[in-house]
Amino acid sequence: MDKFNLPRLLITTVAFWLIVTLLSLDSVNILNGYVLVVIERCLIFVILASSLNLVNGIIGQFSMGHMGFAAVGAYVSGTITTLWLKLPPPDPGVWISFPILIFMGAIIVGGVFAAGVGLLIGFPSLRLKGDYLAIVTLGFGEIIRTILNNIDYVGGPRGLLGIPKFSSFTIICLFALLVIVLLRNLVHCSHGRAMLSIRENELASELCGVDTTRYKVMGFVIGAFCAGIGGGLLAHLLTLAHPTQFGFMPSALVLIMVYAGGMGSITGSIVAAFTLTILSEGLRSAIDYIPVFKIGAMTIRIGTEWVMVVYAVLLILIMLYRTEGIMGMREAKLLIIEDKQ
Amino acid sequence: MSKLLSVQGMSHYFGGLKAVSDFTFDVPEGVIYGLIGPNGSGKTTTFNLITGIYTPTQGRIYFDGKEITGRKPFRIVQGGIARTFQNLRIFGNLTVLDNIRVARHYSVKSGLFSSLCRLPRFKQEEREVREEAMRLIRLMNLETRAHDQAKNLPYGDLRRLEIARAMATKPRLVLLDEPAAGMNPRETENLMALIRRVRDEFKITVLLIEHHMKLVMNVCERVKVIDFGETIAEGDPRIVANDPKVLEAYLGRGGAGC
Repeated sequence: MDKFNLPRLLITTVAFWLIVTLLSLDSVNILNGYVLVVIERCLIFVILASSLNLVNGIIGQFSMGHMGFAAVGAYVSGTITTLWLKLPPPDPGVWISFPILIFMGAIIVGGVFAAGVGLLIGFPSLRLKGDYLAIVTLGFGEIIRTILNNIDYVGGPRGLLGIPKFSSFTIICLFALLVIVLLRNLVHCSHGRAMLSIRENELASELCGVDTTRYKVMGFVIGAFCAGIGGGLLAHLLTLAHPTQFGFMPSALVLIMVYAGGMGSITGSIVAAFTLTILSEGLRSAIDYIPVFKIGAMTIRIGTEWVMVVYAVLLILIMLYRTEGIMGMREAKLLIIEDKQ
Repeated sequence: MSKLLSVQGMSHYFGGLKAVSDFTFDVPEGVIYGLIGPNGSGKTTTFNLITGIYTPTQGRIYFDGKEITGRKPFRIVQGGIARTFQNLRIFGNLTVLDNIRVARHYSVKSGLFSSLCRLPRFKQEEREVREEAMRLIRLMNLETRAHDQAKNLPYGDLRRLEIARAMATKPRLVLLDEPAAGMNPRETENLMALIRRVRDEFKITVLLIEHHMKLVMNVCERVKVIDFGETIAEGDPRIVANDPKVLEAYLGRGGAGC
């Protein structure tokens, strides 16, 4: 059974954590602060992509506004830590303290709020069969951005500033592991199998006695919860929450990660989250080296917005040449619970 | 014998098209009941109405004395009616074992929390579900394919897998929609034996749609012939097969014994 699997996943994560932590120690300084932040972003996108994969890849529904839930998580947790409790930023050397525990609680509360919004959106739209969820979530992503732009209490279009930097590498690692274990255990239980069967054939699933609406909503809410956690961590990493961070483009980015990694493969989402986050950082710095073109009186400057064009091309190439994504539906051994007896 | 399924005055229209018209029949508990008729005569629609995929325009459906008209399909399945499909609806990317375990899902008691934490009670229940599923897989002679993705199975195996999946919901009545479609004569022989076993060993009442007359004549104890949603004949298969109206409508004039 799964006696050896949880420890193996745990050991891998701890090893990863140990290596990164050691390499980024001041005395070693192989990984500087910038690289560390990139790795932390990667892990947050692991949370966001794998939770979207639950909705799009495992239940087979099509959600396009995943970052909207991340926004709820970010603003709720940011409001708690910054505006209500006015927590001071933690000392970099401290591993665990009372404010850090409060911060983790705030992240969970953010996740719960995101899940609540997920229920509100998922329940009416998932009762219908077809593409309604895509339309509703696309609208939701825009609505949440507009609402946040107009609430002065959380900074309006300026964003929520001065959020203490609580998201340490350790804490992000912890949450990422938590989300991955949650999703893995979900896939390998009766409830997860019910969700997979909806993707495979909704009518047959219903006629196997699965309450398809309930399981679609359940998966969607779990996905929203994880996205809320991811958003909260992101806000406490960048020390700000801004409406544009959670607009359509970032949602599309997470969607691309899911498709690039492989629908229904958690491993794929992890691999794609790392690859695409690092790629986007690489492109961002590479673009600075592209000279400014001058054609007659016209000046063409390649800006960072072109990163999205690269993604679009990438997505087209994946759809043309490797439809199933990097991993297809396969999983790494670490993420499979064998049930041979 | 008590009536297990009772359909009374059921009609269904697709817009102006009359698919099933004033349909009344009873399926006694413990029989193998055949529903036959030419293409487009409303057989599959009848199945869709009984399993709640459509709601009848008129009429009522009773199962075990309780009215089930208009209930949601999954509730009807949980109440004890399972079915297979004419054009297979298999969960292709899941393993054979998982296909069957999905059908055991609704009776699993472990909640989301104990499943996600993999508590000992959950693991115990998983073992039981797995054991039950494996028993059905063995019954269908699929044990060598248990861990294969269902989409890689040959057609005849898929037909049996679908029957196994229907049986995994622990039904009292199973509806088989053309179970022998696409099977070779030997597979059909085995299927007939299997259908009898389903009834005899598992005490499941069988209602089947079939074009394969040999199968109908061999296994069905009662048949009902319909055409354009209306009943032409009903009763013992051997008597019905010689009914002139049946010969004309279904077998074609002089086409008996095909």
